[in-house]
Amino acid sequence: MGRIAQKFEELQAQGMKAFIAYITAGDPSLDSTERLVREFEARGVDIIELGVPFSDPVADGPVNQEAAMRALKGDVTVDSILKMIRNIREYSQIPVIFFTYYNSVLSFGLEKFVKKATESGLDGALVLDLPPEEAGQYKKLMDAEGLSTIFLVSPITPSDRLELVAKNATGFVYYVSQMGVTGERDNLAESIPEKLQAIRALTSTPIAVGFGISTPEHVRGISRYADGIIVGSSIVRKIGELSGKPGFEKEVGEYVATLTEPLKGD
Amino acid sequence: MKKSNINPDERGYFGSFGGRFVPETLMPVLREMEQAYSKIKDDPEFCDEFNDLMVNYVGRPTPLTYARRLTEYLGGAKIYLKREDLTHTGAHKINNAIGQALLAKRMGKTRIIAETGAGQHGVAVATTAALFGNTCEIFMGSEDIRRQSLNVFRMRLLGSTVTEVSAGSKTLKDAINEAMRNWALTCCDTYYIFGSVLGPHPFPMMVRDFQSIIGKEARSQILEKEKRLPDVLVACVGGGSNAMGLFYHFLDDTAVRMIGVEAGGRGSGYGEHAARFLTGRPGVLHGTYSYVLQDDHGLISPTHSISAGLDYPSIGPEHSMLRQDKRIEYTLATDDECISAFRLLSEKEGIIPALESAHAVAHVMKLAPQMKKDQIIVINLSGRGDKDVNTAIDHIHL
Repeated sequence: MGRIAQKFEELQAQGMKAFIAYITAGDPSLDSTERLVREFEARGVDIIELGVPFSDPVADGPVNQEAAMRALKGDVTVDSILKMIRNIREYSQIPVIFFTYYNSVLSFGLEKFVKKATESGLDGALVLDLPPEEAGQYKKLMDAEGLSTIFLVSPITPSDRLELVAKNATGFVYYVSQMGVTGERDNLAESIPEKLQAIRALTSTPIAVGFGISTPEHVRGISRYADGIIVGSSIVRKIGELSGKPGFEKEVGEYVATLTEPLKGD
Repeated sequence: MKKSNINPDERGYFGSFGGRFVPETLMPVLREMEQAYSKIKDDPEFCDEFNDLMVNYVGRPTPLTYARRLTEYLGGAKIYLKREDLTHTGAHKINNAIGQALLAKRMGKTRIIAETGAGQHGVAVATTAALFGNTCEIFMGSEDIRRQSLNVFRMRLLGSTVTEVSAGSKTLKDAINEAMRNWALTCCDTYYIFGSVLGPHPFPMMVRDFQSIIGKEARSQILEKEKRLPDVLVACVGGGSNAMGLFYHFLDDTAVRMIGVEAGGRGSGYGEHAARFLTGRPGVLHGTYSYVLQDDHGLISPTHSISAGLDYPSIGPEHSMLRQDKRIEYTLATDDECISAFRLLSEKEGIIPALESAHAVAHVMKLAPQMKKDQIIVINLSGRGDKDVNTAIDHIHL
């Protein structure tokens, strides 16, 4: 069993939910990213989602766009991110997935990507602009190595596509709670519980909810329905605000602890 | 090759190029659009409405003008100009904008968004929004806003909102990013009028179909004037809609050579041009798999062209297929060659071309003298140059 499935199983056995933290790899440097992963694990983060910085992130709001630009100043590549994951694997078994645009993977080479990802200890990937219809070869290669292929469901995904996604998603199904792009929102959609129920009827794969979740209250609210809660932009914004300071990773960790707190202890 | 064979397959592929690479939120919307389009495209009522607007609003058919003095000056093949510059709003973009605006109307979408580079597509869409009473938001890079200020004013005058995009290279590519982000948020009531034969399926097919009226007219006009088909067709290629529009109805005429002219900018170095077939390789940008200017890691390359409408790192997937099939040849014209052609056509024919179209003229300046006097070239004069006067002033000292 892969690290993602194992994590969800462990948590489910304890009646707990997974906290999934998104950060952009290399923002502001890969060394910082590695320190943040370490810090996050100590603060109760269960799964790490690493954004692969891309020049044209069409599914991302301004906060993640700026993080990608900061990261790209340091020449961060798929290769250098995988090397960092290999370092992390020296001391941690926290599940790590990629949040990436297809051209980054395509340019690296699909087969080479799957091989290197497996060797480095990456656990799976969500390719934002790769719907199941286009994912045939990618999925085959990822499956063969036991890497999770995470796919999105949106609030307007119709039932036949829901089946398609449910059939293709491994690791977890990523439910996009809002229309639009990544970014913080004040209020979450009321339709979430109903949508999650529809997905559950089709698959036993865990469901995580992301896009827009940005406060401890959101985390608590969503945890009643989902198996995992993904928080990205609000953490990334903190990194952007604090990253000038030496040792800022600890401060970001303290912020993340306020978000993971509602999931612990219940 | 039969035209019927070059429609994309059901997944939107032209050969190995094309497809639909978008986040999940947009998938159902694209499918809805594809279904709506397949329902209306042969519907006589829709076709009548489209054709009526083409004639009575756009001013079609546009003339096929014999360029006598340019032909004499270059001393070779006879040169004809397909006069898209004479359409209402001044460029071929209006053909597609009206087609898609009608589709949006059929789909019950009342808010329209679009990206624009040179501003010609933006003006065309803003025009249809005024015509059909839609609300309309146009996304435009701040660099393009600077160099195309006349078109910005036109769009606002037509009642559209022009939203400045200051991310990335601040040009067409970034405007498309922002339009796609907006669409993912608003797609339930909003129709995105894509401006070229680019983007996810069904846009490349649909835009080509609406633009193919150019070649359909040109083909019958040249047959009437010369009693034969032309030897060569030449068009500039940004995304490639004016080129596909001219070429499409000639694809079965194997004796007709077709040449697409990309923007050679100021050199062949990284970021110095927008010639995808010069240094690009296949990749995915804005929902389609095609030739893309990118670095070793798949990051999209900056581009440069004097012409905002050609300043884009990818090219329509059908062009990639037709190049692979060796049906269309591709070449480039540099900024300097473009400016020379811009001057030459103005001086010899009294026609000021758009800087985009001047790239096609620039190639003909090299090609025509090598051809025989009884041979024929048709250039797609895709737009007029009024919008480019501000740019040209910096390059031409009179």
